[in-house]
Amino acid sequence: MAWLDAVVQGILLGGLYALFATGLSLIFGVMRLVNLAHGDFSILAAFLAVVAVHALELNPLVALALVAPIMAVVGYGLQRLVLNRLLGRGILPAVLVTFGFSVVIQNGLLQIFSADSQRLNPGGIETASLALGGGLAVGWFSLLTFVLAVVLLGALQLLIGRSAIGRAFRASSDDGDTAELMGIDNRRLYGFAMALSLAIVAIAGVVLGIRTTFTFASGPDRLLFAFEAVIIGGLGSLWGTLVGGVILGVAQTVGAKLSPGWGVLTGHLVFLAVLLLRPSGLFAKARRVD
Amino acid sequence: MSLLAVRELSTFYGDFQALFGISLEVAEGETVAVIGANGAGKTTFLRTLAGALPAARGSIALAGQLVGNRPPHALVDLGIVLVPEGRKIFPSLSVRENLEIGAFRRRPGPWTLERIHRLFPILDERRDQPGTNLSGGEQQMLAIGRGLMANPRLLLVDEISLGLAPVVVKHLYAVLTDIAREGTTLLVVEQDVSQVLAVAQRVYCFRKGAVSLAGAPERLSRAEIAAAYFGA
Amino acid sequence: MASVAVAVERSTRASRAGAVGALLVLVGLITLPITRDAGLMRMIVELVALLVLAQMWNLLAGFAGLVSIGQQAYVGLGAYVLIVLADDLGIDPFLAVPLAGVAAVLFALPTAALVFRFRGGYFAVGTWAVAEVYRLLVANTGALGRGTGRTLKAVFPLARETRELVTYLLAIAVGVAALAAVYLYLRSRRGVALMAVRDSEPASESLGVDVFGTKLAVYLIAAFGTGMTGALIYLNLLRVSPDAAFSINWTAYTIFIVVIGGLGTLEGPIVGTLVFFFLRELLADYGAWYMIVLGSLAVAAMMRYPQGLWGLVAERWGLAFFPVQRRVRFSEPDEAATR
Repeated sequence: MAWLDAVVQGILLGGLYALFATGLSLIFGVMRLVNLAHGDFSILAAFLAVVAVHALELNPLVALALVAPIMAVVGYGLQRLVLNRLLGRGILPAVLVTFGFSVVIQNGLLQIFSADSQRLNPGGIETASLALGGGLAVGWFSLLTFVLAVVLLGALQLLIGRSAIGRAFRASSDDGDTAELMGIDNRRLYGFAMALSLAIVAIAGVVLGIRTTFTFASGPDRLLFAFEAVIIGGLGSLWGTLVGGVILGVAQTVGAKLSPGWGVLTGHLVFLAVLLLRPSGLFAKARRVD
Repeated sequence: MSLLAVRELSTFYGDFQALFGISLEVAEGETVAVIGANGAGKTTFLRTLAGALPAARGSIALAGQLVGNRPPHALVDLGIVLVPEGRKIFPSLSVRENLEIGAFRRRPGPWTLERIHRLFPILDERRDQPGTNLSGGEQQMLAIGRGLMANPRLLLVDEISLGLAPVVVKHLYAVLTDIAREGTTLLVVEQDVSQVLAVAQRVYCFRKGAVSLAGAPERLSRAEIAAAYFGA
Repeated sequence: MASVAVAVERSTRASRAGAVGALLVLVGLITLPITRDAGLMRMIVELVALLVLAQMWNLLAGFAGLVSIGQQAYVGLGAYVLIVLADDLGIDPFLAVPLAGVAAVLFALPTAALVFRFRGGYFAVGTWAVAEVYRLLVANTGALGRGTGRTLKAVFPLARETRELVTYLLAIAVGVAALAAVYLYLRSRRGVALMAVRDSEPASESLGVDVFGTKLAVYLIAAFGTGMTGALIYLNLLRVSPDAAFSINWTAYTIFIVVIGGLGTLEGPIVGTLVFFFLRELLADYGAWYMIVLGSLAVAAMMRYPQGLWGLVAERWGLAFFPVQRRVRFSEPDEAATR
């Protein structure tokens, strides 16, 4: 029963990982950019929520409605002012600049908030649980997170599949130059993609902050888990990313059941196994892994 | 007043000069052809007009307004639309979506999805298939239709005959005539001289990045055209 | 028709001056222990270690186009191999330093098999993921001290001054060897092939360059240098723990050094290391501001001055102390030939 419980926890955790992963794979799909500060931005959002909670005495879930748009604006600005200038110069500048952001954000958070661990408290919902019968219980909040992830992924899928912006994302991802010939302004499009990416990862960060404690240094692990979820699921598939997140989550929770220090490591090992055996992931559309 | 007035246009690829002072005019509603051998600079010329390449020297004016050195998307706003060489259909978009992306900038005009479907019924039939599933000729129709969806003032058409069977090319040029009859101004670049001369009111010949001949097709002899094309 | 004589030359006046200057610096470093300043010697060991790490990363990213943010894996592996070889297997700890480099290569082979499946940005994250795996594996292994780590005990029988002196001289040797090796490699045929691959993979492939083999060779060389340096660092520090030895900070420092100093040149990392140490001394009392300043400088450098400090100097005055390119010099056409 403990195993089934671990698996269920893992599935629900996977929803959260899928949220982290979605922003990363969106900007990679549209602009071939890997944002090494992706996880740090989510933690930045969580700290912003902490500030909002203390300064404005808001419930964290309400603060989320403030923080996500702020991060979206930050993303748009960052892309237009800094990252757009790096495209077309190979991967090195983008990798190094986003790595630089990662270091600056982490150390900035350390300087402002010290190394104390933080937690967001929405007033009880995070500890309430729902009995599923057979002695199995899941946390309400975990369940809600999973549902939120599915809803957001569905909404994003709709956006990409049915809207003009979504068509622009796909066209630009196929052939950026020809997309410009269609009247698409790639600079604005990329800005919008980054805004969307940071808004989603901000939601993920605040949710994480409610679930568990976090510090200034929690960012890099989020990036790694997001990356692993994307690779396990396969590039180019949003629902694949959800499955990837779930597989990673289950690997981590089951691993932790086997031995407390082995949770994250088991996730990494499953990731490496998928990389060895099916390098393009489990649900990849036909794309190169680069 | 001409719709398009190009004066002394020169374009470089790095240090390599591809266009040497091209001057050219297209009147509203006209169909003008640009012919020339491979490497003569025809595609470079269209891409410069469309904003995909920077113009180093010279001027481009649309209805009297200077439009040089703007990004492609700004030129689409002004009504200059390119049907690119090689079709460049988006594989991640369906046939219908490829058409819809052509209308990303909503410009007023007569061309709608329905009208384009009437022009090219196959595009309606295959509307949900990935754009690149179509045959070469069908993709070319899709590329033209996509260009029309932007309701261009000036449609730049780059080498539609490439890789297609003569009967398909003939059909495409018949459609171009229909499009021209609707009032759309066309600037058509083509290697297949006979097809394009049948539809154009005027023709320019490019050789080694410069204009070697200009005039109305009916007033130019085959010998003159051959000399301008290949060099005397 | 006049003929133009062309000469392909390697050394310039500047590079000859550079060679003399480097020799003088080396002599100075070797005689430094006379001052008996242990603190200065320890700092120089640290400086040399960071310089070698930077040269290795520069080789990977600046010359081979492999942007790895997982080199800390080999720093950590080198450190732990040192402990195991010296404490558990009784091997002389100073000899264990180069052996740690060899061990790092053995780990690098399967690592490459995995991460080379990625390219570009995902390659970078992949190397980081693998480094994390190594860190967690070590942190979960009892024999390696788990999270608390271990202390290098094999050096305890030695007098402290002796240990410090030998560590210092070993560091100088490692530094010289690494610099010389990288310099000679880049000037060799393989080095030219490497730079061809960096400039254009398809072009060099069509010319018969083994692109994969070249990249793998460079990855292994960098692993060797990094692993050996990891052992050297912890020979100096004596106390190893997984969080410290496998810390991303090693990569952060080397990236900043190379970016600020100048990517793709040999002089750049030297300049960068000096700037790094200078900034560290300057901002020593300001805690996290140190990394914030460093990170911001690197971002700014990448945006506006991608050629780094050395690149700016070299462009301005056409200098190259350690030239890795060949220059083509045109000499005047022969007078007699024009008659």
